[in-house]
Amino acid sequence: MTRRVAITGVGVLAPGGTGAKEFWSLLVAGRTATRAITFFDPAPFRSRVAAEIDFDPAAAGLSPQDIRRMDRAAQFAVVAAREAVADSGLDFDDLDPGRLGVTIGTAVGATTGLEEEYRVVSDDGRLHTVDHRYGVPHLYNYLVPSSFAAEVAWDRGAEGPAAVVSTGCTSGLDSVGYATELIREGSADVMIAGATDAPISPITMACFDAIKATTPRNDDPAHASRPFDATRNGFVLGEGAAVFVLEDLDRARARGAQVYAEIAGVASRCNAYHMTGLRPDGAEMAEAITRALDEARIDPTDVDYVNAHGSGTKQNDRHETAAFKRSLGAHAYRTPVSSVKSMIGHSLGAIGSLEIAASVLAIRNDVVPPTANLHVPDPECDLDYVPLVARDWPTRTVLSVGSGFGGFQSAMVLREPA
Amino acid sequence: MSAAAVVTGLGVVAPNGLGTDEFWKATLAGEHGIGPVRRFDAAGYPARLAGEVRDFVAEDHLESRLLPQTDYMTRYALAAADWALADAGHDPDELAAFDMGVITASSAGGFEFGQRELQNLWSRGSGYVSAYQSFAWFYAVNTGQISIRNGMKGPSGVVVTDQAGGLDALAHARRQIRKGSRLIVSGGVDGSICPWGWVAQLAGGRLSTGDDPGTAYLPFDARAAGHVAAEGGAILVVENAATERPSYGEIAGYAATFDPKPGSGREPGLGRAIRVALDDAGAEPGEVDVVFADAAAVPDLDRAEARAIADVFGAYAVPVTAPKTMTGRLYAGGAALDLACALLAIRDGVIPPSTHVRLAPEHPIDLVTGQARSAAVRTALVLARGHGGFNSAMVVRATPN
Amino acid sequence: MALTLENLKRVLREGAGTQDGVDLSGDILDTPFDELGYDSLAVLEATSRITREFRIEFDDDAAVAATTPREFLALVNAG
Repeated sequence: MTRRVAITGVGVLAPGGTGAKEFWSLLVAGRTATRAITFFDPAPFRSRVAAEIDFDPAAAGLSPQDIRRMDRAAQFAVVAAREAVADSGLDFDDLDPGRLGVTIGTAVGATTGLEEEYRVVSDDGRLHTVDHRYGVPHLYNYLVPSSFAAEVAWDRGAEGPAAVVSTGCTSGLDSVGYATELIREGSADVMIAGATDAPISPITMACFDAIKATTPRNDDPAHASRPFDATRNGFVLGEGAAVFVLEDLDRARARGAQVYAEIAGVASRCNAYHMTGLRPDGAEMAEAITRALDEARIDPTDVDYVNAHGSGTKQNDRHETAAFKRSLGAHAYRTPVSSVKSMIGHSLGAIGSLEIAASVLAIRNDVVPPTANLHVPDPECDLDYVPLVARDWPTRTVLSVGSGFGGFQSAMVLREPA
Repeated sequence: MSAAAVVTGLGVVAPNGLGTDEFWKATLAGEHGIGPVRRFDAAGYPARLAGEVRDFVAEDHLESRLLPQTDYMTRYALAAADWALADAGHDPDELAAFDMGVITASSAGGFEFGQRELQNLWSRGSGYVSAYQSFAWFYAVNTGQISIRNGMKGPSGVVVTDQAGGLDALAHARRQIRKGSRLIVSGGVDGSICPWGWVAQLAGGRLSTGDDPGTAYLPFDARAAGHVAAEGGAILVVENAATERPSYGEIAGYAATFDPKPGSGREPGLGRAIRVALDDAGAEPGEVDVVFADAAAVPDLDRAEARAIADVFGAYAVPVTAPKTMTGRLYAGGAALDLACALLAIRDGVIPPSTHVRLAPEHPIDLVTGQARSAAVRTALVLARGHGGFNSAMVVRATPN
Repeated sequence: MALTLENLKRVLREGAGTQDGVDLSGDILDTPFDELGYDSLAVLEATSRITREFRIEFDDDAAVAATTPREFLALVNAG
């Protein structure tokens, strides 16, 4: 008998809100956290908006050594993991550290820290043979982002399986999916699982500028992220982290833990088509959805809410609309679908976990968050995208999906445990 | 009872040999592929040796359309995947797309590509950054490119656990076979030998500063003083054991653990990984015919590994080897290449040597040094560790043919 | 200075290689980019290279939507 997996703790660090509570307040209010970039001078770039976090690592509880050693994304992960573990009420006296594991997702790792250090060792790009004498001691931790999982494991005393999962923009779903598999198969009893990314840096802005993936809507930053709106023209880069405590459901019940949701089905597929392009038919995302529903033994008509990828590129919005119709059939038209990226931007590898957080909070509160900035419907996107205003909605089963460069398509089914 | 996973194809890109046959021949003969860095002028750096792949001409293997959008390590990975599929006798066009998946390990992505674009950005301006930068450097690139090239739409994944990654990827491949996939292309091919990658690796504090390829990387030796960085790796085709293809062996057991925080005084996790992997394989320690060591060549790490092996198997009780002494350490590619070696050792009944090493008396292990050793190998254990405390152990076993 | 077809071909080759089995030497003015083996990224890369190399100001958002070399050249050379 395969073990069932429950989410018993949630930790969130998102634009516009620290902690799961503030995050949820932002979402239900339909407030946006996108703004003109302040982290560096965005003048040279085509897209100059982002969803930045005003993050003070010391105020968040990190020590001076933690702050020096860890890239911003690693700091996010540790802070979110602490919140999740505290929220779960895990009793460490009752937990074998070898049965506690960690998975952290990230798309671009320590890219921000790497770029800052690159500027120093290369003297702002002047040296090809960069100068090692200016390399900081923790540069290796930036080079290989498995350090993110290591930091969380050290911080929370985990000695079971640990890994970073890096499948581009589906990392946040796939990391939690990976942890789910480890508990199901018995490799761990409890997993600290989630994802982080802090990609708002010149090199990231430049790489998305080069392919016109990010929005040039610079004159109205608060309304720049417009998934499913006919006037959308690219995504808004974001940052953040969400981390969960995952636990064998029986174990969670035995210790009387709160259970936010059961992770009932996970699947990831590739489109095998293009590193950045999507076929309009959504077939591969639909396949991932169908597999995740099968695994959960849930009929498509039982899905109460779809937490969309909704990045705000024309290509994506049409692709996933097709995928929902293909996998859910007529039920797709009756199901609220929304994109929290309209409010917190697209934090690449982290966003999948932030969307899981939104999904489990929707289950807990029986409210679905809205798609902000959706004023002009795109005729080719004709589902119920919950425009502007959150909706009271009985929510027991949520489908959350992601899509990313590399062709990755992932789906997760979360449900209120019976 | 879930399906067993077997390895049916190997594709190798290594510093001492391109392709499985050339690599294995060199490895059994003790021929190494370590030399002065050629990709850039390393004279001014404390570490100047590397295990670089030789004679790989990308244009011979890939259409020119792929070259502007790929880092060199992705080109290796695509070629290795082609060879592995050919070795397994598969034409991906003949299988259902959703039945085939890709799961690889990465450490630093396409770092040379990334350095070039950072240099373009900071020395020339944002308009000079490549349209391919958004994915050519990232950790998921090899999985994405292999899936596209071969039309594989099944379960996908990418793990980053530093040098343990090759085994973790293969374990995830086994997991997907157990869940019903027919074929997963897995393993790891890696490399970040460029000035920027070099400086970041130097910061890790484990690169050997020696200039003599014969003594620069000496795990379990009293002279051990770090490793030689290298590039390459192996891609393996993993299938459900119900396949009619001949297989190299079964992925029979696996475990991953994480070390306690440094300074805690608690036991490192490698021994636990070995025990759990053996248990997972249903194998007694006495059934293991050879151990492929992680072989860090950092004295404390060598000591911990030798002790973990001796604790489980007994002192000098099982042959131990580190063919990576001939290649240097391949980061996410290293453990996948060791797994390929383990399967070839099973096939040929021979244990490749650890070259140049004189075993330090403090390590109570039977290290196969000097020459390859003939031995019936039915069960092999492969160990891998990643910076920070990642430990992975995998057991492979001969399949009845 | 106007961008010529020959220059466009060279920029495409340098920025995105060539697809096996595609002959760029013939009259390709009206051959769709995808038949030439060039996807949207290849056209984006070419656009960026043209801006840098030829210092031509043009509506690059429109240019990347061009489906053939003739359309592309017309948009670039229209300024």
